[in-house]
Amino acid sequence: MAVNFVRPKIPKFAPDPWAIQFDEQGHLRHLLTIEGLGPQWITRILDTAEGFVSVTDREIKKVPLLRGRTVVNLFFESSTRTRTTFELAAKRLSADVLNLNLATSATKKGESLLDTLRNIEAMQADMFVVRHEQSGAAHFIARHVAPHVSVLNAGDGWHSHPTQALLDAFTIRRHKGDFTPLRVAIVGDIRHSRVARSQMHVLNSLNVGELRVIAPRTLIPTDVEKLGVRVFHDMREGLRDVDVIIMLRLQRERMESGLLPSEEEFYRLYGLTEEKLAWAKDDAIVMHPGPANRGVEIESSVADGPQSVILEQVSNGIGVRMAVMSLCMSANRGENA
Amino acid sequence: MTPTDRLLPVNEAIDRLEAQIRESRQRGEFTDPLIVGIHTGGVWVADALHRALGCTEPLGRLNITFYRDDFHTLGLHPQVSPSDLSVDVDGRDIILVDDVLFTGRTVRAAMNELFDYGRPRCIALAVLYQRDGRELPICADWAGQEVALGPDEQIHVDGPEPITARLVSSKES
Repeated sequence: MAVNFVRPKIPKFAPDPWAIQFDEQGHLRHLLTIEGLGPQWITRILDTAEGFVSVTDREIKKVPLLRGRTVVNLFFESSTRTRTTFELAAKRLSADVLNLNLATSATKKGESLLDTLRNIEAMQADMFVVRHEQSGAAHFIARHVAPHVSVLNAGDGWHSHPTQALLDAFTIRRHKGDFTPLRVAIVGDIRHSRVARSQMHVLNSLNVGELRVIAPRTLIPTDVEKLGVRVFHDMREGLRDVDVIIMLRLQRERMESGLLPSEEEFYRLYGLTEEKLAWAKDDAIVMHPGPANRGVEIESSVADGPQSVILEQVSNGIGVRMAVMSLCMSANRGENA
Repeated sequence: MTPTDRLLPVNEAIDRLEAQIRESRQRGEFTDPLIVGIHTGGVWVADALHRALGCTEPLGRLNITFYRDDFHTLGLHPQVSPSDLSVDVDGRDIILVDDVLFTGRTVRAAMNELFDYGRPRCIALAVLYQRDGRELPICADWAGQEVALGPDEQIHVDGPEPITARLVSSKES
């Protein structure tokens, strides 16, 4: 079905900040942001993930691709779910995995980030998976690692969470196929969400029919239309005829006071209930990057309901992260991919 | 089979393969085999054998990309279609099928992958063309043709329908 929506022009960015993601032969070396990847690399990651998802369905959920390689999870900010899926992805590729919770150690004792990096590199690490509260942290690390090391951004500040956006796109593709006829709505705390930013970039790259954001004015960043979205403040209007609803977590820890009257009011206006879900298409799927606040962003019966693909997102996250890890390692070692 | 420097047409090579497998089955071997092709050329040949032998169980397809031992030098193949083994391989007789047996590394990777699905009773290898250049102690149980090639020669198999094969010399290209 044709979607009558004139896409706002997306600003052109200088390629340099993202060029670091590729090696001299143009192969993926780091995954830091969705920007600059382009539809070809995004599609290649999603296609590769299909193979890995089938691995996770087997009795022995392991392949020997990264045997002998070491993946280090550098988590400067806590995140059990993301860390666990990266860890599982690396282990299913047969890599050795080190989990370093740096929120409570080295850098808190006064060691500089670069000293920490050098020390971990000396442990023969091949890949760093970085979660940091500061936007740009993964870029910074990627600029300073040894040539054989890849860096994956597992979430930096308000900036980017590329693997989450890729697994969301993967999940949508599995359910809906082609992106071009789809209407997708991202609902909730857009302003504080790195996931939303990455989702907008990935869905626009894949030429989604129409991308909407639905939120109160206080939770929408200025000039968000420049990212290729239509803005709605009313759920009934925003959810009309959508194929995919992506609910976001209220980032209370990043929120200044006064942005929301109360969680109760947010839930009343923007929480996804069964009643509001009925405003979307009958076969619309419901997504959430987790962890979901039930009764704040989403009603329990919707989160657990037949249209919810939230748990599939978690499973798909492992396959997508396996794909990204193997593609980055592959580019790092080889002459061609 | 006498080594030859000429390629037998694919349909003749498949007929020979089929005849050899039927002979084995008449001897009581591989009475209820599961046929598994190695992506991509091996799947085309396996499909032809599957039809010729009248097998009823679904054809298995292995994509050994995630098991290759040259991943760190050649990288990941851009088109990774998932393996598909819908039948339990535990205790089964497997006929593993590939188009060309060359170094033996693909077959090694395929066997590694098969064992991640379960423990077959036995595995036999059927290939359309068995050429020289082995780097591992692996040889086919059944081959449509054995071919001796020069160091610059390769066999290219195209498909799926019809399957064709040709000798390619890197000196010419």
